Amino acid sequence: MALTGIQIFKLLPKTNCKECGVPTCLAFAMNLASGKAELDSCPYVSDEAREQLAEASAPPIRPVPIGKGVRGFTVGGETVMYRHEKTFYNATAFAAVVASDISDADLEKKLKVWNAFQFERVGLNLRPQMAALKDVNGDAAAFAKAAKTIAETSEFNLVLMSDNADVMKAGVEACASKRPLIYAATDANADEYGAIAKDNELPLAVKADSIEGLVALTEKLTGMGLKDLVIDSGSREVKQALEDQVAIRRAALKNGNRSVGFPTIAFPCEMASNLDMETLIAGMFVAKYAGIVVLSDFTGESIFPLLLERLNIFTDPQRPMTVTEGIYEINNPDENSPVLVTTNFALTYFIVSGEIEGSRVPSWLLIKDSEGLSVMTAWAAGKFAGDDVGVFVKKCGVADKIKHQDIIIPGYAAAIAGDMEEELPGWKITVGPREAAHIPAFLKAL
Amino acid sequence: MAFDFYKESYAGSVKEITLGKGDKAVTVGGETSYPFYLFEGEMPNKPRIAMEIWDMAPEDWPEAALAPFKDVVSDPAAWAKKCVDEFGADMVVLQLKSTDPNGNNASADDATATVKKVLGAIDVPLIIWGTANIEKDEETLKKISEECQGENLILGPVEDKNHKGIGASAMGFGHSLISSSPIDVNLAKQVNILLENLGMPMDRIIVDPTTGGLGYGMEYSYSVMERLRMAAMAQGDDKLQFPMINNLGNEVWKCKEAKQTADEAPTLGDPEKRGILMEATGAVTYLMAGSDVLIMRHPESVRMVKAFIDLLSD
Ligand code: B12
Ligand code: SF4
Repeated sequence: MALTGIQIFKLLPKTNCKECGVPTCLAFAMNLASGKAELDSCPYVSDEAREQLAEASAPPIRPVPIGKGVRGFTVGGETVMYRHEKTFYNATAFAAVVASDISDADLEKKLKVWNAFQFERVGLNLRPQMAALKDVNGDAAAFAKAAKTIAETSEFNLVLMSDNADVMKAGVEACASKRPLIYAATDANADEYGAIAKDNELPLAVKADSIEGLVALTEKLTGMGLKDLVIDSGSREVKQALEDQVAIRRAALKNGNRSVGFPTIAFPCEMASNLDMETLIAGMFVAKYAGIVVLSDFTGESIFPLLLERLNIFTDPQRPMTVTEGIYEINNPDENSPVLVTTNFALTYFIVSGEIEGSRVPSWLLIKDSEGLSVMTAWAAGKFAGDDVGVFVKKCGVADKIKHQDIIIPGYAAAIAGDMEEELPGWKITVGPREAAHIPAFLKAL
Repeated sequence: MAFDFYKESYAGSVKEITLGKGDKAVTVGGETSYPFYLFEGEMPNKPRIAMEIWDMAPEDWPEAALAPFKDVVSDPAAWAKKCVDEFGADMVVLQLKSTDPNGNNASADDATATVKKVLGAIDVPLIIWGTANIEKDEETLKKISEECQGENLILGPVEDKNHKGIGASAMGFGHSLISSSPIDVNLAKQVNILLENLGMPMDRIIVDPTTGGLGYGMEYSYSVMERLRMAAMAQGDDKLQFPMINNLGNEVWKCKEAKQTADEAPTLGDPEKRGILMEATGAVTYLMAGSDVLIMRHPESVRMVKAFIDLLSD
């Protein structure tokens, strides 16, 4: 829990030496409490005070890094119950199960299929990012081999799942450099699994049969010096699982309960008998608080909707994603190429530019600043009015790049055509299709 | 540290609204907690799914969405009947696509005739959804309201600019309304207040917060719905304590990825299942934000989402 100014003040030297830039230690403490100052500005804080302050200012849900390198990611670190209160920071990670008795050929094939599930959207690469390797027969060598293959030949990060410590050790040894998540420490093995995680500096999942059970376990493990924990309350019944997610998030954020201040892991793969239903349950967990969601498999049709949902839920509501106003060249346009205009909402831009690109028709795409609003929203808000768009077309300089005076506007903005004509005498305003998907056919028919 | 379950204390609840009439009338709303938070309140009525039909044969539906209805798309009455008899629809939504002034611009009379035919074919509640063209919707919905007196149709979308005409008519002829506003708490409240001032009974209103498609603006709708529910329940704002409806199928199935074939998008998997799962995943997200009525298209996504609702509430 955050400390108050007075609590912080008690930890400061109280000499009022002013070196931090404010007249008194109390003023500095107040600034620290409200986030207006950095602790480092005071050269005289003791190490002990520093540690206490760091502890107190630690986020209520610990951000836990998983994986290494470009595909490494963080789960947890959330600070609000509802995205509109600020934003959700670290998107739910999707994992799918690989059984440890899988043949080499099947594993290779699976990883290849999974690796193709990458989708470009708003300039981001959406993809599932974990394989959950599950020990099915206690064969440590097979487990280690599969772990090694996944770690070395794919971009997937790992969850290592086994309740056999020898199997787990073999798996960890095979892929520790990729910072896998160990699943899971339980009542029965907490000392041993805690030691494995600690010795290898790896994140450790903790599984109990209730939230109360979790509290006891995480306290024990943090007592052993472990910090990067991921928690599983054990419920495999959807209703109870939702309740647990809410209870955990609330306890961490509203009560400052550190013993559940960790990201969660959820298992739709153990809550339904088919991937369709798993997908729906996973959808619930994306909205409601899971850090990692484990599915029985990835298929294009099941993971894509989840990736879209995740993108929506984890988009920062405080600032719409935008692109810069200007002239965008697509497919090497020349002086005879068509000119299209739209708004600077990133989603709109990427959809429209994607379609134009896909059409292979060389084109100029004009992006007008509309404060990050989509076409209809911008039009309704007066940020994509005919005269405005006309003025923009004039001053953006596209006229110098082309020999014609034709411009295509979005179908949903048909109403601006008249005002645009007035602003752009001599230009021909063509109303394009409403949906971007129809742009290629439209351009090809020009 | 012992575990203490922080429970929300609610200052208000959602009104119960009955849609339709007779044996098959459907009651929605009545929640005394956030959606599916049954550990601290109740959801006496499960969220319901209304299946959509169009008043004209759709031209741009992907094959996956069209297939179950191929035999009936040019006959709205048969289409509605199929939804109820074969796919167990709790409610039907007739989307008045043909009346769009930017499209076919069919007349209010034509639309009314279609409504009557559909009414004759089914006994479940019938929702009539206009084209979101303010003037045309006013004209059409008024006419329908008048000619279908006492049917308790659910008419919408009703916005601030056309609430008077549609509202007065619905009051007079015994229908319910969909109070609609574009993703904004204050605007939503305003339309409700306008309707109340007009004299519209508050137990005949359901709120449309405006629905964005999965990956196409859903996050805005999601958050405004959460905020509407918080205002209604945590702050006890009685002008916002209404069940919510989302016109979802229409948004999801029009997007590009719901239409692409396997050749066009090999990594997007099976085209039929993809559309279904996109619709169902969108539905789940909206359910978590507080949707009480989901308007959906594909019988299979409807079936799955019903099963999901049961899992979370039984
Ligand atoms: C999300 C949303 C918002 C978000 C803003 C999101 C954003 N960054 O733009 C918020 C909540 C802020 C918002 C606010 C408002 N909104 Co709004 N909003 C929506 C919603 C749900 C989705 C919009 C969206 O993101 N679409 C996705 C993008 C990609 O679509 P797009 O830009 O149109 O692009 C598509 C096509 O136009 C085409 N295209 C794009 N460019 C081009 C170019 C060419 C050449 C061609 C051919 C095609 C083409 O390709 C794209 C894909 O097909 C729609 C309703 C809906 N379901 O569509 C309402 C909607 C657009 N909003 C509406 C309104 C009225 C408003 C407000 C004015 C409400 C108010 N009074 O405050 C405000 C205005 C904003 C302000 N004052 O700040 C109305 C507009 C009605 C109208 N036609 O006049 C709508 C239609 C809702 C409704 N039915 O009432 N809104
Ligand atoms: S620098 Fe440190 S000791 Fe000096 S006034 Fe500021 S807080 Fe106090």
